[in-house]
Amino acid sequence: MNKFAFFTLLLFTFAAPSAHALNVFACEPEWGALVHELAGDAVTVDVGTTALQDVHVIEAKPSLIAKVRRADLVICSGADLEIGWLPQLIRQAGNSKVASGPGYFMAAEQIVTLEKPSKLDRSEGDVHPQGNPHFQLDPYRVLAVAKAVDARLIELDPGKAAVYQQRLADFSTRWQAAIKVWETRAAPLKGRKVVVHHGSWIYLLQWLGMTEIGALEPKPGVPPTSAHLASLIDITKSGNTLAILRAAYQDPKPGDWLSEHTGVPAITLPFTVGGDDKAKDLFGLFDSTIDKLLAVVK
Amino acid sequence: MKKSLFALCVVTAPIACVLSAPVMAADTSTAAQLQALDARIRALEVEGQKLREQTASALAAADAARVELEKMKAAQQSEQASTQQSAALANVSAPAESSGPSAGGANGNAFNPAIAVIMNGLYGHHSLNPDHYVRAGFPLVDGTGPGKQGLSLGESEISFAANIDDKFYGQLTLSYDDDNGKIGTSIEEAYIDTLTLPDGFNVRAGRFYSNIGYLNSHHTHTDNFVDRPLAYQAFLGNQYGDDGAQVRWVAPLDFFLELGGEIFRGESFPTAGANQGGIGTHTLFAHAGGDVGTDNSWLAGVSVLKAKTSLADDGFSGDNTLYVADATWKWAPNGNTKDGGVTVRGEYFLDRRDGTYALPLAATLDLSNPLMNQPALSQPWLGDRRGGYVEAVYRLNRVWDLGYRFDKLWAPSSGPFANDFDPVRHSLELTWRNSEFSFFRLQYSHDDPTRNSTDNAIYLQYDVSLGAHGAHKF
Repeated sequence: MNKFAFFTLLLFTFAAPSAHALNVFACEPEWGALVHELAGDAVTVDVGTTALQDVHVIEAKPSLIAKVRRADLVICSGADLEIGWLPQLIRQAGNSKVASGPGYFMAAEQIVTLEKPSKLDRSEGDVHPQGNPHFQLDPYRVLAVAKAVDARLIELDPGKAAVYQQRLADFSTRWQAAIKVWETRAAPLKGRKVVVHHGSWIYLLQWLGMTEIGALEPKPGVPPTSAHLASLIDITKSGNTLAILRAAYQDPKPGDWLSEHTGVPAITLPFTVGGDDKAKDLFGLFDSTIDKLLAVVK
Repeated sequence: MKKSLFALCVVTAPIACVLSAPVMAADTSTAAQLQALDARIRALEVEGQKLREQTASALAAADAARVELEKMKAAQQSEQASTQQSAALANVSAPAESSGPSAGGANGNAFNPAIAVIMNGLYGHHSLNPDHYVRAGFPLVDGTGPGKQGLSLGESEISFAANIDDKFYGQLTLSYDDDNGKIGTSIEEAYIDTLTLPDGFNVRAGRFYSNIGYLNSHHTHTDNFVDRPLAYQAFLGNQYGDDGAQVRWVAPLDFFLELGGEIFRGESFPTAGANQGGIGTHTLFAHAGGDVGTDNSWLAGVSVLKAKTSLADDGFSGDNTLYVADATWKWAPNGNTKDGGVTVRGEYFLDRRDGTYALPLAATLDLSNPLMNQPALSQPWLGDRRGGYVEAVYRLNRVWDLGYRFDKLWAPSSGPFANDFDPVRHSLELTWRNSEFSFFRLQYSHDDPTRNSTDNAIYLQYDVSLGAHGAHKF
């Protein structure tokens, strides 16, 4: 009898997946946070990377293969940001649900990207043929992605459509209200210039009406060199430069060096959810980013 | 502006008429008339002045209207601009198809497979003449051993990969080889993978590198050292690849666990002869892995290869069984393995032979064949041989890494290659990476292949990849 009970239990354990909550694998913390906004406890979310990691060069680690193996939906930035590891994860995991079709969601395909190169040549550094993939700091694009993610969740899990719809409506309302607040607060940033570590900020800068006047990396993905940093001193000193920006995961040394030689403050922005104490969710990410930028406005 | 000119005309015309009137009336003039006329002229002048004032004020009004119009225009433009801005923001969510690749029929190359080219070149200087190099207990088979003296082109390969259709993925890797002067192109790998099998199953068929051990399934250009460990040279001829089929299953667990098995034709070293109806080799493998915190990752595995062999390159015929245990540990602050940290890896091999030895035919014909140093007498070949390596690579930053590897082989105490000396080698490497696509490597090896010989070697290698961005395994 015990054996029978055990067998039944085992059968139920294996039969259960048909009714289980969706498993979502998010390549980056911002998409994990977005899924949490849109689905709450209705899904389980595994986030593949942290704000302190450089997502361009993640390795196809065994732990990530295990996560992709169990996923019903993979959500990533796309535009080749994860090309060095995601294809390997998907091929190794042997999970046909996320290899293609509705289980494979690339955020870049839902929006218009900026900086699509007109010329593809690796002598230009790590160029992305499909445009700049760091669009999580444009709240309008985040909203566009949110709508597409929500549609995908409903497609994969129609039983909870009402939950997803209601949560999207709620998120949109709060997000649009937040955008107004951010835009009002960020007014003093308009027209200010920044030097960046890597070209990760174009969407944020465009949104806030700021301009990038230089990058610490001589070419995208090429580590800063002392000769290149020295060549940035004059540009950085030129009037009205607000700050030198870097993401939480980037080496602070090159930015600090340039700051010392120019008097322009170098600041570390969270870049994604989890990048600092305040950036606990998407709202916190934008709050913290704008706070930190405003803090250096004189 | 036109309007204001018109207004000016209308206003000034009567004044001109009035001013010309006194000239026509001059003949019949009397003083009174003149006075009257004078009064009238004055009156008219006043009137004209008034009219002029009116004109000026009309002009001013027109000017004001123009300014207002321009203001309105500007306002309209800025309104348009803000409309454009909001349209741009609405546009951020436009579907990507509009900006994607042009529609299929337009470009016949649109579905071309991803092409990746790997090239490498090597300079090696050996203190021991490679032609006189012998390894105690382990015959050297083609492509193994110390490598060449001087400059040489390393393995150069070109690989094509793409999804074939909704169910299959295919990859072809062609390589340029230069084995002892035999130059040619060979098919290194040519296989198809399934994409849609359920429940974590994958099937691969074609020619491919076996998934046993750690390094065996990795292409040499991803290695941390210029050459393969001694154990890979001795037991797998650097890397075991053959024609076959593989089934692999990944368990749905919180940590990584893959189990699998392969069948192979059994024609490449360490097997030969394509026995058992062309299914001469079987393998089984299991790999597990995971993370410890965010700073550490690990991968470990056990594998076995069993084969029926007829006259392999080392002269063996019979049953050979190879057991491999592998373990990799990577530590990197915050898991950023490309920016710093340490990778430690070790593999251990146990090779069990139950058969006979006979001098391979090739050795008797080709005087340059390293097997010339081997025993000529046929005899039983029974017993175990062992080998292994441990390597540690310290990544200083994205550009530099520094590594050390210790290699050891344990020679058999009986059989055709019985020897009481165990070959040992120490290697030290320094790698400079310009990008993900190119590196230069300097390596020093101190190799004691026999009791009485030592080979001190210096290598300088470049390795580059062109084209498609290959995603590497862990």
